[in-house]
Amino acid sequence: MPAMTGSVPGGPDRKRVHPVVLKGVNKTYRMDAVDVPALVDINLVILPNRFTVLSGPSGSGKTTLLNLVGCIDCPDTGTIMVGGRPIQRMSDDAMSDFRGFQLGFVFQSFNLLPVLTAFENVEYPLVMAGMPRDQRRERTQSLLQAVGLGTHGDKRPGQLSGGQRQRVAVARALAREPQLVLADEPTANLDSKTGNEIIELMRQMQQDQGVAFIFSSHDPKLLAAADDAVYIHDGRIVGVDRNRREARADARSVEQSAGPGP
Amino acid sequence: MTVAAMVLGLVTVLLFGGYVKDLTYGLQTDFVQLSGHLQVQHKDYFRMGSGDPATFGVAQQDSILKAIREDSELGPMVAVATPILQFGGLAGNAQAGVSRTVFVTGILVEDQQRMRQWNEHGFPTLAAHISLAGTPQDTAVIGTGVARVLMLCKALGVSDCGDAPAGNAASAEAGGAALPSDIADLVPATAPAADAEGGRPRVDLLVASARGAPNVASVSILAAEFQGIKEFDDVHVAMHLAQAQRLVFGADAPKVTAIAVQLQRTSQLEAARSRLEALLRTRFETQPLAVLDYETLNPFYGQALAMFGAIFGFISALIGAIVLFTVTNTMTTSVVERTAEIGTLRAIGVRRGDIRRIFVAEGLLLGVVSAVVGILLALGLATAINASGMTWTPPGRVEPLPLALRVAGEWGMMLLAAVGVVVLGALSALVPAARASRLNIVEALRHV
Repeated sequence: MPAMTGSVPGGPDRKRVHPVVLKGVNKTYRMDAVDVPALVDINLVILPNRFTVLSGPSGSGKTTLLNLVGCIDCPDTGTIMVGGRPIQRMSDDAMSDFRGFQLGFVFQSFNLLPVLTAFENVEYPLVMAGMPRDQRRERTQSLLQAVGLGTHGDKRPGQLSGGQRQRVAVARALAREPQLVLADEPTANLDSKTGNEIIELMRQMQQDQGVAFIFSSHDPKLLAAADDAVYIHDGRIVGVDRNRREARADARSVEQSAGPGP
Repeated sequence: MTVAAMVLGLVTVLLFGGYVKDLTYGLQTDFVQLSGHLQVQHKDYFRMGSGDPATFGVAQQDSILKAIREDSELGPMVAVATPILQFGGLAGNAQAGVSRTVFVTGILVEDQQRMRQWNEHGFPTLAAHISLAGTPQDTAVIGTGVARVLMLCKALGVSDCGDAPAGNAASAEAGGAALPSDIADLVPATAPAADAEGGRPRVDLLVASARGAPNVASVSILAAEFQGIKEFDDVHVAMHLAQAQRLVFGADAPKVTAIAVQLQRTSQLEAARSRLEALLRTRFETQPLAVLDYETLNPFYGQALAMFGAIFGFISALIGAIVLFTVTNTMTTSVVERTAEIGTLRAIGVRRGDIRRIFVAEGLLLGVVSAVVGILLALGLATAINASGMTWTPPGRVEPLPLALRVAGEWGMMLLAAVGVVVLGALSALVPAARASRLNIVEALRHV
C-alpha cells in the first residue's frame, strides 16, 4: 500500500495512544413511561491500536456502548476516558470538536452525503479542520487511493456499489488521522465477499495508521478477525477475550511445528 | 416549491407596487400640469384668503416672473412660470333669469397650454387643447355644471340637461332672479348683443372689486367643458387673465392670487423651493409671500397616496406572512428528510451552531435565487400587461388611461422587494435550522 501523505496537524496527544477506559457506566433509556436499562455497571478497558469487537445479540446494548465511546451519547453515571480525556463532562461543542479531531465513524448504511462526490465526501472533514486547499486535495487523493478508489473520486455515492461506498466511508473516517475508528455493523449491508474485503481493508488501515478499530457487530467474520472480543448480554459485559489473533496464530504455529501426525 | 412561493409573493408585490406607482405619477402629472410644482402666494392666501384677492394677492407679478426666469439657479430648472388670478363671483344668464355662484380662474392661455405639455413620467395621452387659445379677451369657458344651472345646455351642446322647470321662466319675466337694475345698468356699456359673435351665449359676471364695490363684466362663452370632478365642474369659469384683472381691480394696479412655477423634473422641487424662497426674501421683502408645493395645494394628492400606501403596505405584509409560513413549512420538511444526514454530520464533528448556520445559509441562498427570478418575471409580466392594451379610468379623470404597471426603472422598489425576499428566506430558515441543530445524534442516525 502506498504511504499516506499530508499528515493532519495534531495536538499534543495526537501521537500518544490511549486506551479507552469505562468505569461504573450506566445508561438507561426512557421508553414511554418505562425506564429501560441499556447498560448496567460497565467496567472495561479497550486497548489502543487493535481490532476490538463488541459482540452480542440484538438489544444487548452493544450499539449503546459504542455510541458512548464515540461521544455521541452520554452515560447517566460513571466515567469514560477516551484519548486521555474524560468525556462525560464535556460541553456539546467540545464533544463535537473532540469527535472531529480524535474519532472516525463508519456506519452500517455508509451515511455518505449524497450531493457530494466521493472525493468531496472524504475531503469534508479536512475542510472542517481548516486544512489548506492543496494539502487537503493531496491527502484526500491518497486516502482514496489507499482504499482502492483512486479513480472513482468524481462519482456520487449513488453511482457506487455498497462495497465502494463503505470504502469511501473508511477513507472519510481516517481523514483526520483519528486515534479511534468506531464502526457500527459495517458489514451488515454487504455480501460476504465484499464484507471480507472491507474487513481486510480496515485491518490494513489499522496497521498502517496505528488506529484502534472498535466494532459493534454480530458478523462472525468480524469476530474471527478481531484481536479482542467483548461479549455483552442484557446490558452487562459477560466476557472479555483478549489477544485472540495471537492465540490463533500460536495455535496454528504449534500445529505446524507439530508436523503430521504419528 | 420554496422558490416558487417566494417568487410568487415577490411578483405580486412588485406588480401591485407598479400599479400604485403609476397612480402616483398620474396624479402628480395631473396636478403639476394644472397648477405647477410650486406656487408663490400671499402667505395667508391658502389658509383664509381665497375670497379676497385684493387683500391676499401678489403684486408686482411681472417683476417676480422676470426674476424667476432670469435667476441663474432657478431659471434652468423652470419649465413654465405663469400668473393666475382666482376669485369668486356670481354668474348670471339674464335672458333665462338664473344665476349661480362661480369660482373664476384668470389665466395666460399660452402658458397654461405649455404647462399641459409636462410629461416627465411618459404618459401616452396628450393633454387636451385649451379651448381659450386664440380667442378674444372677453371669452370664457365654463364647467358643464355651470352651463346646466345657467340653462345654456342647448347653446353649448351640453347633454344630460333637463329643460328649465316652468316656474323659473315665469319668475324670470317677473325679474325675480335677474340682476338688480342699478347693477344691470353697468352691463350694456360693455356688452355687445348676444348674436353679434356668431351665436355664442353671453353670461354676466358680478364680482366684488378691490375697492369693495361690485363690478360686472359680460363674457362670451366659448364652450362648456367637464372638469372631471363634479364640485369643480359646478363652479368653474376660466377666462383670460387680463379680463379677470380688469374685473377685480378695474383701473388699479392688478394683482394675482398665485404665480405658478412648473419645473422640468419633480426631483428638482426642494432645490427650486429654497432658491425661490431666498429670491423672494431678498428682492421682494415688502410682500408677505410664501412658496407652497403641489402636495400642500392639493390635499387630495397626499390623502390618496397615503391610502394607497396603506393598502400596499398591508398587502405586502400579508403576502410576506404567507410566504414566511409556506417556506418555513417546506424547510421543516427538508430537515426531516435530511435527519440521517444531519446525524452523520454531527457524528463526524460538525457543531450544533454550524448545522444551524448551514440551514440558514440555504434559506438565504434560496432567497437570493427567488429575488433574481422574481424580478425578471415581474419585469416580463409587467411588460406583457402594459403591451396588452388594457385601460382603466382613474378617479377624477374623464378619459381612460392605458394600464401601465411601472416596474421597470423603479430601482428603489425592486431593491426593497428583493432585500425583503432574501431576509424572508433567512427568517423562514431560522426555526427549521434550530430544530436541525438540536436533533439527538443517536436518534437521528437511526432515522432511515
